[in-house]
Amino acid sequence: MSASRNVPLLEVRDLVVNFYTRGGVVQASRGVSFQVDYGQTLGIVGESGSGKSVAVQAVMGLISTPGRIEGGDILFQGRSLLDQAGKKFVREVRGKDISMIFQDPMTSLNPVFTIGTQITEVLRHHMGMTRDQARRRAMDLLGLVDINAPEKRLKQYPYEMSGGMRQRVMIAMALACEPQLIIADEPTTALDVTIQAQILELLTDLQQRLQVSVILITHDLGVVAQLCHRVAVMYAGRIVEVGDADQVFASPVHPYTKGLIRATPRLDVVTERMVSIDGVPPDLISPPRGCAFSPRCDQAKKDCLRAQALTPLGDDRHVSCWCAIKGDTR
Amino acid sequence: MSQTNADSLEQALEQHRHEWVEKLFELGRELKRDKAGLVGVMLITALVLMAVFAPYIAPHDPTDQDLTARLAPPVWYEKGTLKHILGTDHLGRDVLSRTIHGARVSLWVGAAVVLLAGGFGVVMGLMAGYLGGRTDAFVMRWVDTQVAFPGLLLALIILAVIGPSLTTVVVVLALNGWMVYGRMTRSAVLSIRQSPYVEAAEVVGCRWPRVIFRHILPNLTSPLLTLGILEFARIVLAEAALSFLGLGIQPPATSWGLDVAMGKNYMFMAWWLVTIPGCAIAVTVLAINLVASWLRLISDPQEREKQFARHMAGAMRKKMHATIKKELEAP
Amino acid sequence: MIGQAKNATSSPAKDETPDSPLIQVKDLGVVFDAGRAGFWGKKRLQVHAVENVSFDIHPGETLGLVGESGSGKSTTGRAILGRVPVSSGRIFFQGKEITHAGKEAVRTLSRHMQLVFQDPYASLNPRMKIVDIVAEPLLVHGLVKNIKAAAGEVAQLLELVGLPPDAGARYPHAFSGGQRQRVGIARALALKPQFIVADEPVSALDVSIRAQVVNLMQDLQARFGLAYLFIAHDLAVVRHISHRIAIMYAGNIVELADRHLIYESPVHPYTKALLSAVPVPDPPVQRARQRITCPGEAPNPMNPPAGCRFQSRCPYATQTCRDTAPVLTRRRPGQSAACWNC
Repeated sequence: MSASRNVPLLEVRDLVVNFYTRGGVVQASRGVSFQVDYGQTLGIVGESGSGKSVAVQAVMGLISTPGRIEGGDILFQGRSLLDQAGKKFVREVRGKDISMIFQDPMTSLNPVFTIGTQITEVLRHHMGMTRDQARRRAMDLLGLVDINAPEKRLKQYPYEMSGGMRQRVMIAMALACEPQLIIADEPTTALDVTIQAQILELLTDLQQRLQVSVILITHDLGVVAQLCHRVAVMYAGRIVEVGDADQVFASPVHPYTKGLIRATPRLDVVTERMVSIDGVPPDLISPPRGCAFSPRCDQAKKDCLRAQALTPLGDDRHVSCWCAIKGDTR
Repeated sequence: MSQTNADSLEQALEQHRHEWVEKLFELGRELKRDKAGLVGVMLITALVLMAVFAPYIAPHDPTDQDLTARLAPPVWYEKGTLKHILGTDHLGRDVLSRTIHGARVSLWVGAAVVLLAGGFGVVMGLMAGYLGGRTDAFVMRWVDTQVAFPGLLLALIILAVIGPSLTTVVVVLALNGWMVYGRMTRSAVLSIRQSPYVEAAEVVGCRWPRVIFRHILPNLTSPLLTLGILEFARIVLAEAALSFLGLGIQPPATSWGLDVAMGKNYMFMAWWLVTIPGCAIAVTVLAINLVASWLRLISDPQEREKQFARHMAGAMRKKMHATIKKELEAP
Repeated sequence: MIGQAKNATSSPAKDETPDSPLIQVKDLGVVFDAGRAGFWGKKRLQVHAVENVSFDIHPGETLGLVGESGSGKSTTGRAILGRVPVSSGRIFFQGKEITHAGKEAVRTLSRHMQLVFQDPYASLNPRMKIVDIVAEPLLVHGLVKNIKAAAGEVAQLLELVGLPPDAGARYPHAFSGGQRQRVGIARALALKPQFIVADEPVSALDVSIRAQVVNLMQDLQARFGLAYLFIAHDLAVVRHISHRIAIMYAGNIVELADRHLIYESPVHPYTKALLSAVPVPDPPVQRARQRITCPGEAPNPMNPPAGCRFQSRCPYATQTCRDTAPVLTRRRPGQSAACWNC
């Protein structure tokens, strides 16, 4: 596993995922490309049905019937996870080098085993540790995620813990095998605001200390602002804008990004009325032709009926919008 | 303005009035893909048709005795005749005709019992689950008591008092079978009554009968349908058993169970007397079970989607790739 | 104890709006039975969901009720609607006491008070057409004879919430979350209520849709003079719709103030923590923000600590906080808080 450092840690290329339902083919991911570098945090922002979770589920190999990966490639340290030769590699990588934190810790922890059993199981399976080593490592891990009295906690069952505590355990389990990439799918959505703040702080701190790469899936721009170096905005199965987080927030280019930032209520700015994006979210069975956002976009024109690929705007920023590109060349 | 709005709403309602026909067609298309379910539905349709048109299909009257042709074997034996294709019994009655007419009793008893027991059990379960408190305690203790009491004993008591007949069989089986509906409905109601749309109905001011029958019951149809159909199979067997024991249908009427009972004395000379009505019972029960398992599959939306994906993915993929190609080539 | 709380809490609203309040809640307490302690235990467990909650809501006003899960905010809303048995305290509607209203009284009251739900997917019966859902309140209160007679009214209601009239002929699954929430609002409006409890009506919606629903509710309020109890779990959304905001923690109101005062000069440490917990969608600002953290989690409602409920997480807790529970007292015009140290 000695990949050279000029290859990105994870690269997703033109990923196409379809779900075959009775209502029609749901085009959940329509050519998604992104990459994550070593020690970097990428936030993928989008609303429900934008395909943000589908993209990372494909990375974790969690797409099952009625879903199908129909195109594109996923490269981890330059090696494909999708081709035939990658099958064995995939088993090595998933769960060890790439781990995942889910939205609802209650459903992803097994209710009939103690926390300790579940963590040591992972360690013994992936790292080949002995029972004793695994136990000590599990205690260290709980300490790492700021859980007091780890000795006692290891003997507890998931239902004995609060939501915030369970999410900390999930993070500890995700860190167990010293992964290079952590995928966090809405890790704080199910939590209360004050607990969310605690967990976000913990994630920020861990990311900086361990220099691990993180993909954070969320619908909340505030969470991205706290945690992410880069941000990718998804709409209707495509990435519409991607770039450095500070810059995207400071000067969004795509009308959807702009709308999303304006629609997110801010506590530090006073506005009388909330700003919305008119219209309804797109139907992924028959997405609008060309730019999927054009029916809701106030700058839409004829060009928008043709699809526009992600185009670089300099400074690592890529946008797929005709207006933006015209404006840039002018 | 508002008047035109009301008109367009009425128009839309009119347009959507026949939606359910389309849904039925879709169900049919899906049935075609599930071979086992299709076989089950076809068998049951055939049985129902056979029962309804029994007098026209059956070559003989099932009670007509022909003492000259007693215990005639089926047609493929040397002594068999085309007159009695499946042979005759010890009184010379035509086995085929009796089997065809026997379907009437089985299906009639099955349907009547499922409707009676199901109707009563579901209403009891709905009230117990929704009203809770004393109603719940009363209904559930009643169910418990009756479940603990041996069903056959109850049947014997009732039959001994009233005397066996078709109606008695239906009543006895319904009295013995309603508890399972009651229990299942109650537990389903307990989970559904927590859902926000039930609370919404209460907040809006619906009284309890409306909440139960308008909001809760329609959302219970698919599990209840599956249960009813499985119970149907059980009832067919139970009726056969009662008749076999001499407690059910009485001669000269026909029933598969009765025929098996009468044939068992001649089992070693005339195997067809037992086997043919026995097979009829088996086929009916199998068909019903096939339909039930298909229904269970399609009433689970997730499972239905998966089923669909497995069958249709290939075709849809081709179609979609074609349209994408067309769109790319168009400009 | 009741007298003490009354003195402290009836004051804040009095000097602001002269007209009589639509809803008055006085020292509301709701206790749920949670079974026995252990299998053989004699002691009955009780969950103190709501304790000593007092506020009033005037016609055309929105009170934002903010709290985290388990704070008792939904229970408070449902207690007003008569859906939860009240253990102590009194509730008035237009000056008439409705605390222990019977079933029929609650049914009559449902023409004046309605509820909008959080989950737009689960709150519409999947087996009913939109027209049946919206017309149901009219039907069950005998205001129309049948669905056909309600068509005009339903079309009008649908138009009011921004849905096309032919939407009535379809089933809920054909609509997106935002549209379903509009249907839920239309259903609540059907009886022309004066007061609506909105239980986190936008929490389950996408960011771009939230504003549509909040703005719709504001427009409806302006048009019909509705009063809202707007329940939310964080302070980001309530800002735009509320006139006053009450912050709840573990069954108590810890701060109740005019909207701008909550955001500009919060008093209670929990309010401050809640304000700083919502991340700002602007990376440099968010990174530079000084956060007031409160470690730990909310206390167990079956066994709450003596004294102030927030003491275990409060950075300023003193011995007084551990001994006696603070009551809501007035801090400045339009703002009161329950805290010993601020």
